[in-house]
Amino acid sequence: MDNLLAARTQMALSLMFHIIFAVVGIAMPLLMVMSEALWLKTQKSFYLDLTKRWAKGTAIFFAVGAVSGTVLSFELGLLWPTFMEHAGPIIGMPFSLEGFAFFTEAIFLGIYLYGWTRVPPVAHLLAGVMVALSGAASAVFVVTANAWMNTPTGFRLVDGRATEIDPIAAMLNPAAFPQVLHMLLASYAAAGFAVAGIHAYVLLRHPGDPFHRAALVLALLVGMPAAILQPLSGDISARMVARTQPAKLAAMEGQFDTEAGAPLRIGGWPDEKREETRWALEIPKGLSLLAYHDPEAVVRGLKTFPREDRPPVAVVHVAFQAMVACGTAMAGLGLLTGVLWLLKKRPLDNRRLLWALVLASPLGILAIQAGWLVTEVGRQPWIIQGVMRTKDAVTPMPGLVIPLTAITLVYLLLGVVVVLLLKTQVISTMPGGKQEATDN
Amino acid sequence: MGECSQPGRKAADWHPDGRLYSFRAAHAALFSGVSGFSAEHLLDIAVENPLTPLKGAASAALKELAVGFLSEEERVLELSAALVIAIGLNVYLLLGGADYGGGVWDLFASGNRAGRQRDLIAHSIGPIWEANHVWLIVVIVVLFTGFPAAFARIMTFLHIPLLLMLLGIVARGSAFAFRSHETRASFRRWWGNVFAVASLLTPVLLGTIVGAIASGRLRAGRVDSLAVFFDSWLGLFPLSVGLFALVMVAFLAAVYLCVEAQGTDLEDDFRKRSLISGLLLGAVAAEVLIAASFEASEVVTDLTRTRWSWALHSVTAVVAIACLWALWSRRYRVGRALAAIQVTLILWGWALSQYPHLIKPDLSLYDAAAPRLTLQLMLAVLAAGSVILLPSLYYLFRVFHKVGGPPDRLTG
Repeated sequence: MDNLLAARTQMALSLMFHIIFAVVGIAMPLLMVMSEALWLKTQKSFYLDLTKRWAKGTAIFFAVGAVSGTVLSFELGLLWPTFMEHAGPIIGMPFSLEGFAFFTEAIFLGIYLYGWTRVPPVAHLLAGVMVALSGAASAVFVVTANAWMNTPTGFRLVDGRATEIDPIAAMLNPAAFPQVLHMLLASYAAAGFAVAGIHAYVLLRHPGDPFHRAALVLALLVGMPAAILQPLSGDISARMVARTQPAKLAAMEGQFDTEAGAPLRIGGWPDEKREETRWALEIPKGLSLLAYHDPEAVVRGLKTFPREDRPPVAVVHVAFQAMVACGTAMAGLGLLTGVLWLLKKRPLDNRRLLWALVLASPLGILAIQAGWLVTEVGRQPWIIQGVMRTKDAVTPMPGLVIPLTAITLVYLLLGVVVVLLLKTQVISTMPGGKQEATDN
Repeated sequence: MGECSQPGRKAADWHPDGRLYSFRAAHAALFSGVSGFSAEHLLDIAVENPLTPLKGAASAALKELAVGFLSEEERVLELSAALVIAIGLNVYLLLGGADYGGGVWDLFASGNRAGRQRDLIAHSIGPIWEANHVWLIVVIVVLFTGFPAAFARIMTFLHIPLLLMLLGIVARGSAFAFRSHETRASFRRWWGNVFAVASLLTPVLLGTIVGAIASGRLRAGRVDSLAVFFDSWLGLFPLSVGLFALVMVAFLAAVYLCVEAQGTDLEDDFRKRSLISGLLLGAVAAEVLIAASFEASEVVTDLTRTRWSWALHSVTAVVAIACLWALWSRRYRVGRALAAIQVTLILWGWALSQYPHLIKPDLSLYDAAAPRLTLQLMLAVLAAGSVILLPSLYYLFRVFHKVGGPPDRLTG
């Protein structure tokens, strides 16, 4: 494996690992706070149980997310020192802001987790609200920095160096708002559905259990609206990509030729050698309509880019399809559940719907992974779109396959442990087999 | 707003023809008139920014604050940013460092009360270690925003120890969290061991990295052989600094734990540990100086450059002895304050001996600094953020350390 590929793999792996914890860290505190507010209001004990369970989940995810996030902040420099040397002064500001958001989150999570009897109930709830808010703020700042890599603004290139640096213009880059919106909705949808699936599974075995019913309702209240709104935000993102990153759009759609009234391709396999996408179901004028809201708009094809400037098409196309498929399924299931609810059809007693929720549980996380593949691989061969190539940014350190192996093994181990710990957490909430954990 | 930030611009304006060039080639392209992508369009900066007055006010305020440090006004910004790094390292050492030290004493817990020693350690660091850990992130972010050239060089040359330190950070943090949420005794023991060993190794690596930066091993130049990536840190002096860092955090933790344990039967355990590690710290300090005289003689020269330095080191020595006396006579709160002052003086002694270099011997903080606007904005963000952060931190420590005794168990 050559050094560049090893570095890219390590970065991808670290991001894919961290994003799961980041997403749960954004949405889980919201669930926890909602449940605590209901406990304060109704004094029903299962809301308190649920709050404490979710707080434990948040604690585990936050701790692992904190350390894997630290790894990332170093890896940016360890793997891409040239990138950071040039980008640091331009996009350091969102990272500084993120540092504060993370700090606030850590402080109030400490108070929340360990301060149940040390602070008054309302202060405790407010500490939870601070955790939820600062978690979301962290996401806003980090995604803003990533958006700058896609649509770099706020500097002028002179002599191969960035001059006239304006960090505020860099933060307000064109991709920032669409990407932030898309990621926040994705976090709430993915975490909401993931949690809903777990509790739906328990309800299938123990119908009517009040603890798990309450959990499912709250998880759906967070996940459902986000999943239903997500296609709208996807439309904003797609039009932004069409406007600012034509190569990425063409790769997402497997569009090799420049054409007016380009079709939307569902499925299919882009053959990069023959420069065509085969076996796709084509909806006439669909792409032009979606990307430009004009059925006759011209969509630029990959053939207009020199080969060395094209992203890997097949990966981006397939990942994009996967993301859209997962997102559509979640939005559909969200709508269905909402309609059943409005019609008073008792969706929580509907076994088929519960099974659908169980099956949909991993879809949000899958969609997020696929979506980041689209964003990041779709930007290749650039690390800063149009400005710096990934291969020019990598560290000269030889043998990067060794750190890659080490990081892979550590993350595999961490992943397995987190799953096992969560499993024991869920099992101990099972009705009947209830077994209180002895805690530290 | 700058043109690029305006939504609604047409694609053609935004990204004229998509013929793209590498960063290094971009200059040639722009100046030979090939104009692959129009920097005018793509990279335009905000001219009429609504935040400009705010930025002006913030930077004026900061300058006001910093006036008097240096006569040359433009140097104030660079120096302020470097001060933030030193302060960040200082606080990380006092808070985060002590959390590592706690792990060291978990490893060396002994006697009939070993289990209860470990419990006290876990309860002392449980609610705060994540917040304490963020100081390291602050240092990193300020370094790459404010001093990108220094950041790039450190990250390149010290890839290996930094990676090892990261693995230590991951192992320490996650093992601690896993142990708190694990119910089976055998797994708890296993995670406890991982936590303790990682707590021991991570500060050694952190100290080694500081030692490498201080001793002039990261010279600009060729980085094309693997040996460079080992020679940059594998040496008697950097490793001695690593050992010194380890003893220092263990000492801090032992002193803090004396305060937590006061009045219980654990008090004597941690009093003994704090006295031993305090004496050991002096011995290792001497060893570091000997190593420096062999390997990095300019470090000794810099540490003793002026009469000022001698005064500082004398004060450090007096504080160290006073601290041992306070611990001996069971005045733990006094001891805690003196230990913190002692460690702070050691850190600033090193920082001042480095000045004006960020990386010895050839990268000064003025050469490595980012453009002024970046520094101004960064300092403004740090000042504004502190307004939220410092009261929150105060609240956190007040909730968990004023009342005394272990924090609540998180009952499930």
